[in-house]
Order: sequence, then C-alpha cells, then structure tokens
Amino acid sequence: MVAHRLLWGLVGLFFIAFPIIVPSDYYQHLIIIVLMWVVIGSSWNLLAGFTGQISFGHAIFFGVGAYTAGIFATKLGISAWWGLACGGIASMAVALFVGWVCFRLRGPYFALATLAGGEIFRLLATNWESLTEGMVGILIIQTFRSKLPYYYIALGLALTCVLSIHFVMKSKWGYYFVSIREDQDTAEAMGIDTALYKNISLLISAFFTGTAGAFYMNYMGFIDPEVVFHLNYISIMAILVAIVGGAATIWGPAVGAFVMVLVQETFRSAFFGLAPKWVSQGHALVFGLLVIFVIMYLSNGIVGDWRKIKGIFSRAA
Amino acid sequence: MPLLELKKVFKAFGGLMAVNDVSFQVDKGEIFGLIGPNGSGKTTIFNCICQFFPITSGDIIFNGQSIKGLKTHQICQAGIGRTFQVVKPLARMTVRDNVTASAFCRVNGIREAQYEADKILEYCHLDMSSAKPAKSLPIAGRKRLEIARALATRPTLLLLDETAAGLNPTEVDEAIALIKRIRDDGITILIVEHIMKVIMTISDRIHAINFGQTIAQGTPQETANNQAVIEAYLGEDYA
Repeated sequence: MVAHRLLWGLVGLFFIAFPIIVPSDYYQHLIIIVLMWVVIGSSWNLLAGFTGQISFGHAIFFGVGAYTAGIFATKLGISAWWGLACGGIASMAVALFVGWVCFRLRGPYFALATLAGGEIFRLLATNWESLTEGMVGILIIQTFRSKLPYYYIALGLALTCVLSIHFVMKSKWGYYFVSIREDQDTAEAMGIDTALYKNISLLISAFFTGTAGAFYMNYMGFIDPEVVFHLNYISIMAILVAIVGGAATIWGPAVGAFVMVLVQETFRSAFFGLAPKWVSQGHALVFGLLVIFVIMYLSNGIVGDWRKIKGIFSRAA
Repeated sequence: MPLLELKKVFKAFGGLMAVNDVSFQVDKGEIFGLIGPNGSGKTTIFNCICQFFPITSGDIIFNGQSIKGLKTHQICQAGIGRTFQVVKPLARMTVRDNVTASAFCRVNGIREAQYEADKILEYCHLDMSSAKPAKSLPIAGRKRLEIARALATRPTLLLLDETAAGLNPTEVDEAIALIKRIRDDGITILIVEHIMKVIMTISDRIHAINFGQTIAQGTPQETANNQAVIEAYLGEDYA
C-alpha cells in the first residue's frame, strides 16, 4: 500500500505548506476555521461517537475556553495566550460539574440536559457583566498581523487532538468507552465503573474543545456570548461535523470539518458571489438536507461508509 | 461458610413486592439452581445480587461480607460474574473485543487482556468467530459470548440467567457441557433456568420460587416431586 501512504504523505505536506502555497488571507482563514472544527468535532466524537453520550451542549466548553482567554486579557491583564494553556483546564473544571449533573440522565435526556446547559452558560455570560462584559463582548488586540502563526498553531492543535484521541481509543480506555456506548448496564456488570469513564471521556472532550475556544479568542480578537455559546453555530455544528464526516472514526470529524465549513462558506458567500444574494441564507437549509441525506444513505458518515461511496463510483464507471 | 447467602431479601417496586422474603445459601463449588415460572422474580433476584437497584430490606452476603450498597461494577470486581437473560452483546465490537474489554477487570495492558480473551474464547468454543462483530453471532454464539465475557472477569461465583433458552437440543447439550466444565474448574454457579433438562441434570440443589416467594428447596428429585412446584408449573412446557 505504498501508493496509499504516499498519497496521505502528500496530503499532509499540502496542509503543512498550505499558507505558503496559498498566500490569500481569505483561504488561510477558511482552513484555520476548518482546523478549529477538526478539534471541536473530534472532541465531540470522543464523547458521543465513541462513548455514546450525545452532547448538545459542547458550546459550554468552547465558550468557557474562549472566555478564559478573554478574561485573562481584560481582567488579569495577562496575554490571552495564557488562556490557550488554561482554557482547556477551565473547561475541564466546568465539565466536572456538567458531568455530575447530566450523567444521571441517559440518551435523549442527557442530550436535552446538555442543551439546556449550553443555554444556561450563554445567559450567564450575557448577564454576568462584571466578569464577561455581557453583550458588549471582549475585544483584544491580536498578537500577530499575519495569519501564518495562527495557522500553524491551529494545525498543531488539530494534530495533537486527533492523535491523542487515536491513542486513547487504542488503550483500555477506548475499550471501556465503546463498551459503555454499546450497553451501559452490561459494561457495569463487566466491572467497568461507567460513571468514572463517562467523566474521563467528557473531561478529554471538554479539554480540547476549551482549547479550541481559547484559540478562537486569540485568533478572532472578539467574542460575545451569542458567538461562542451559540446553540446552532457551535453545539449543533459540532454534531454535524462529526456525523457527516463519520462518527466513531478517528478521521471522520476531520473530513466532516472540511465538508461542513466548505458548505457553510459556499452558501454564506452565495457560491462565492456567483449566485443571487438570497442564497446566502440557505446554508442552514442545506445543512439540514445534508444531515438527512447522510442519515438515510451514509449513516456511518463519509469516512465510515467510504467503501459504500467507492462502490457507487466503481459501478457508475 | 456459604459463598453466597441471601438473608430475608425483600425487593419492592412501588406497590409490587417482586422478591418476598427470599433466603438461601450457595456453597462453594456447587451448582445451585433457581427455578420458577415466568415473572416469579428470578431475574430480579439476580439484579438484587448485582445491585442494579438497592434491595428494600434484608442482606446479601458474599464471601462473609455484605455486598448490599456496593455499585454493580464493584460487585463484579469482588468476584461475581453475570450473564443476562436477554443477551446483550456489545454489538458493534468484535467478539474478541467484547471479551478483551471484560478482561481489563483483572489484567492491565492490551496484550495481556487480548491474551486472556483468546484463551477464554477457545474455552467457550468461540475462537472461530473471534474477529466477527458480535451482532453477527447466532443466538447460541451470543449466549456463549455472555458466558465468555463473564469468565474474563475471573469470577468466584457465576450467575447464569437462562443460558439455555432459545437453543436447539444439540446446543443445549453443549451449554450443559460448558457449564459443567466451568464448575469443574472451580467456579461456583448459580443458575436460573426454565428448561427442566438443564436444571435437573446439572444442579446440586434447587430453590423454587413463585410470585417472589420461596415455594420449595432441596435436591432436584425432591423439588421435582414437590406439590407446590408442580402446581406452579402446571401449563408450562417441559423440555
């Protein structure tokens, strides 16, 4: 399978050299956002795809990470980059509380509880003005003019996240997570402390999502509660990224991040200016259609059902 | 000292007394059978032993210590393994991974766990299916997988819940042989079973319940001839 490895090597090299090959600010921004979603999607996938706990509230961790970085800058007067180091840790602390509350519930009830959690944190950020500046949001001066450093930080984050999850899933923890997903009661009867391992999965997931949030603060320079705690644009997007790409696979969320950001951007820019203006509102509709299509025909996502996709093309040829 | 002792166990679900003053002892090395018609409370008793829910009153003593109030996974770690009446394969994992996950209860490290799993799969005659997803196994294989998973936790006491249900006569004979082998290797067995052939041939002692209450206890012969037992089973199929 030398050709296979060569291909992946080339893909890897492309991403490493991308900002140098493509000097456009616009495309660099797009790929940085894709890389951020690789992190968030992979994190969600660890908790939901592999451990079976479907969270509708990952915005909690993204937002907490973002605000940690922002508050470091505005309240503590230290660089928001410290937030990058601490955003993940702050998210883990919040995750302990979220897990304590929400893991009493299972399945759709757990999902609803996390959804409510996301909204609660959004309202907290909106109203706790002394801490978060409320709807005014937090504005910081970006450290770098060029996007290059941000690109490589995002690339580093994405690689660290995906590889960490890969190694976790290969370990005893990986077996335990999947056992809990398949049947929690059986897992308990097999000697697995399901409460503990659900929380471990959540902590890892929250850590990377929070780090992504802190990165977002540093990169964009501006956050407010509506942006970082948004139900649709953060929590639901994380779910779509993982499902379309392939839940319960290692590279699925990476593929999903690429596809979903691409679709989102294609519609937001009305097919890059080629289509009439009203098309730009259509991305939500297309997301919905895409999810329906995936659930009906490619229920394991693009990566999960890759054989099926290849089969369609070989038959057509 | 008995390995397992149930002392005046009561379990109520709201107004329904599912387990009503049940007491028995299981001695080390024996095969202890629990019989009763559908809905009599047998699986509930298993769930009580494994603490899937707290018991209403009474005590359960394992190896001289009360296990009341322990969490289910702690009970497994203490040495009680369990199979489920409605088989629960970890469907999307392979057969080998099912048992490997279980083996982590006693060993650390992937290689050790996989080695343990392979040994147990061979013991349970599942080694041919080891790489297949668990959901692809037919019912007999799934029942053996339940046992294999429980064995991977190195139990001192194995709770078997209707291991022979749904099997054809050949498969039933294989199940009986496997259970005897497990007992001969030193594991005490508490078995719930409907199929009389299984329970009567392998049990050392039998405890019969109906509507959550004890109706008879003794050797297979005594229990089979017990009036209350015959009445309770009137209309049931005999295997």
